[in-house]
Amino acid sequence: MPTDTSTIVLVGHGMVGQRFLEALAERGLTATHRVVVLCEEPRPAYDRVQLTSYFSGRTPEDLSLTDLTFLEDHGIELHVGDPAEHVDREARTVTARSGLVVGYDVLVLATGSYPFVPPVPNKDAEGCFVYRTIEDLLAIEEYARSRAKTGAVVGGGLLGLEAAGALKGLGLTSHIVEFAPRLMPVQVDEGGGAALLRTIEDMGLSVHTGVGTQEITVDETGAVTGMKLSDGSELATDMVVFSAGVRPRDQLARDCGLAVGERGGISVDEQCRTVTDPHVFAIGECALAADGRVYGLVAPGYEQAETAAATIAEDEAAFTGADLSTKLKLLGVDVASFGDAHGTAEDCLDVVYSDSRAGLYKKLVIGRDGTLLGGILVGDAEAYGTLRAFTGSVPPVAPESLVLPAGAGAPAALGPSALPDDAVICSCHNVTKGTIRGAVTDHSCTTVPEVKKCTKAGTGCGSCVKVLGQLLDAELEANGVEVDKGLCGCFSQTREELYEIVRALRIASHRELLDRHGREEARGGDGCEVCKPTVGSIIASLAPAIGASTYVLDGEQAALQDTNDHFLANLQKNGSYSVVPRIPGGEIAPEKLIVIGEIARDFGLYTKITGGQRIDMFGARVEQLPVIWARLVDAGFESGHAYGKSLRTVKSCVGQTWCRYGVQDSVRMAIDLELRYRGLRSPHKLKSAVSGCQRECAEARSKDFGVIATAGGWNLYVGGNGGATPRHADLLAQDLSDAELIRLIDRFLMFYIRTADRLERTSAWLERIPGGLDHVRDVVVHDSLGICDELESLMAAHVAHYRDEWAETINDPEKLARFVSFVNAPDTPDPVVAFVPERDQMKPDLPLLSIGLRPADDVLEGSAQR
Amino acid sequence: MTLALETTTGLTVRLRLADDWFEVCGLDRLVPGRGVAALLPDGRQAAVFTDRAGRLFAVDNRDPFTGAAVLSRGLTGTHRGRPFVASPLLKQRFDLETGRCLDDDTVRVRTYEVEAA
Repeated sequence: MPTDTSTIVLVGHGMVGQRFLEALAERGLTATHRVVVLCEEPRPAYDRVQLTSYFSGRTPEDLSLTDLTFLEDHGIELHVGDPAEHVDREARTVTARSGLVVGYDVLVLATGSYPFVPPVPNKDAEGCFVYRTIEDLLAIEEYARSRAKTGAVVGGGLLGLEAAGALKGLGLTSHIVEFAPRLMPVQVDEGGGAALLRTIEDMGLSVHTGVGTQEITVDETGAVTGMKLSDGSELATDMVVFSAGVRPRDQLARDCGLAVGERGGISVDEQCRTVTDPHVFAIGECALAADGRVYGLVAPGYEQAETAAATIAEDEAAFTGADLSTKLKLLGVDVASFGDAHGTAEDCLDVVYSDSRAGLYKKLVIGRDGTLLGGILVGDAEAYGTLRAFTGSVPPVAPESLVLPAGAGAPAALGPSALPDDAVICSCHNVTKGTIRGAVTDHSCTTVPEVKKCTKAGTGCGSCVKVLGQLLDAELEANGVEVDKGLCGCFSQTREELYEIVRALRIASHRELLDRHGREEARGGDGCEVCKPTVGSIIASLAPAIGASTYVLDGEQAALQDTNDHFLANLQKNGSYSVVPRIPGGEIAPEKLIVIGEIARDFGLYTKITGGQRIDMFGARVEQLPVIWARLVDAGFESGHAYGKSLRTVKSCVGQTWCRYGVQDSVRMAIDLELRYRGLRSPHKLKSAVSGCQRECAEARSKDFGVIATAGGWNLYVGGNGGATPRHADLLAQDLSDAELIRLIDRFLMFYIRTADRLERTSAWLERIPGGLDHVRDVVVHDSLGICDELESLMAAHVAHYRDEWAETINDPEKLARFVSFVNAPDTPDPVVAFVPERDQMKPDLPLLSIGLRPADDVLEGSAQR
Repeated sequence: MTLALETTTGLTVRLRLADDWFEVCGLDRLVPGRGVAALLPDGRQAAVFTDRAGRLFAVDNRDPFTGAAVLSRGLTGTHRGRPFVASPLLKQRFDLETGRCLDDDTVRVRTYEVEAA
């Protein structure tokens, strides 16, 4: 085997190639070897499985699987856009298209596959596409937007359905043409195909099964006009996407004399070494595995990558085959198949539950001895994680109870705790239940994110995350570890539970809540700095509904507020405050700008333009706040709530009114939204933005709720974040009218306020709550919990009761009394607040301190504290 | 914003300085859970608090972690039966009776004897 100066050359940087590199690094091989990667595509490895999510707003960068520092740290030489063209096995060199020649000691081929395009006339005409790479998607998008009204997809398999969904999402009338008599012929049987067909047709897609494509028809310019089908019919279409399966890309191997299978695929042994040449390996979709199969799924490819890396490291490993279980959400429909889904085993029996009305189809394949062999789930794949893990064993309950809906017969109360330790829970990363239990018992993981990080389970397709959570809870319980999810030392309830208590019992006082519902030892006490502002925020969010004052400084509420809310300004490091008047949508008339300038000048304030398109004035002493605000209110300003866990700003681009690209009036919408939600108290601050076109100049997708204009209305994105853990917002709904948009945001915000943890931004909340984005969409779009009316009326009450806190405060002498530095010397300013000049303005003059600071990790933005 | 000291209860909050009691404000200026700052004759500042039970506490107003005179603007609470104030800047908590920082054993703020009379 190679010595420590030898070179490993990887041809192909797809998902499996990247995994191979990670496996090399994990085994320390990148430290002892030179590693060179030749990649044909213009970008490094990305998540091809999630390719279609590009159309729901993910950018190519979001899809990237490669961390450039990973490559750098491990000294891996990556050449993108430079495919290998020739292998000289005698000389052990690879020549790339650029002319680059690299010598190798070990060559690993991970060239993947190419889309199969049936050899029909005009298959290469203008308007014909394949669906494989990001570049393919960009080309499809461009053509669909500029030249097509109708699109047809050839192939009704997994990718074909995704492609058809994408075309529909681009606004095209979409057709699916499948040669087999049903959709997804590989994964589902006739019954499953029928359930799927109904659901997909209900979505407005036309499905043509049992017909082949005979010819693509074109006009005089050579552009697609339609297709001729094998049943003699013609289908008019402006574009065609071929998604009729893939074939192993083995040409490079053929050219250098490596053995390939009859139907393609580079022949390898159980160590993934080519049967022809011990110096050459093949992994992923280009390889014909030792069991005679070419695997087109990512999980087996990952396993092959691990096997090849282990073999190179002279560890023992073998790839002897993999199961083809899959669970996906296609066009919103759950589809899963696992094990022997088609019942090919001798003497096996079926258990089938079918409900055409609800689009449900569930089938289990059971062996003679009761062993669960496989199954198919369409419409509801909840049970997939458990069922797949039980495959190969006799489940401890009757099989029908596993697929019957709850309430019909015996409901399956069978949790994953009944699984054996060697059951594979995460098939993407091949993580067993035993490993997950070990993460809890040996590595002290107590949360799902910790288990994911420790074991990699749940970081692939994510379908096992629910089971992970159940296993974690069961394991913690078994170990006697009680996870205290209470808000703080005073309350054993979560913030969500406290919200429900306050709402249901109309408790408008922290003291009452603590004495009645607090932990035994905390009752009668003063609460703490965690529960007081949290309860204050809950009371403020629900104020009109529970009969509390909508003014946060009224009565006991005043004593609950953090200092910022208490002084309606932002405390800065030297004890001075900053002042931010609201500038809705970032639109401001010159007169108002002048007022701000005059105030800043008169009070000697430091001014800075904020990221949220408004102006922050720093350095005000507490006794100056009311005077400053009297002038601001007089000039027509109101509180900007920069101090509150509440709506900050709704940024906007200038939109259709001025911009030649704009398609909607983004400024008007931003102002409307900002005025609607101003003052709304929430678990954390809320940021928003409205962009007038897809160019997204307002950066709406980095906001808690972002709105992007389309020709047909507005797209609503939720859960975005900048800050320490950036996250692009996810698309919640498309092409909404003004009224639909506002109604959805009303519901979304109120649902977030109701269920989020304290200081949990929408991004972290979406990642945490069971079911994630899909669940939130079900609740706020489809009203699956039947609470939308209530959410809307809560928001309506907020809007109706909004009052400007500062206008209220400057008119209330009693409230003004607190705006002094010293209770016994109200006219004396705090001498500690001092300033020194800097760049034409001033900055705080701080005393030097000798003691260290407490680590600030628990005050970091977006951090969820329990 | 000058407001005269008026008391409805008639009681005045006062701090024990070296040899004398120093009057700060009327008792009714204190709200349970919130503090006020007082300027002392020597230029120091004290943060004065009351809790639900009406007990009074006073500590140095200066936050030793940042140097800013802000402890009076922190939130108070009860930790294991003992009263504390959390700095509004970086949230370190200080025992209101002993001045000891609950989050860093090496740090302590001065406390004052306080009463309403």
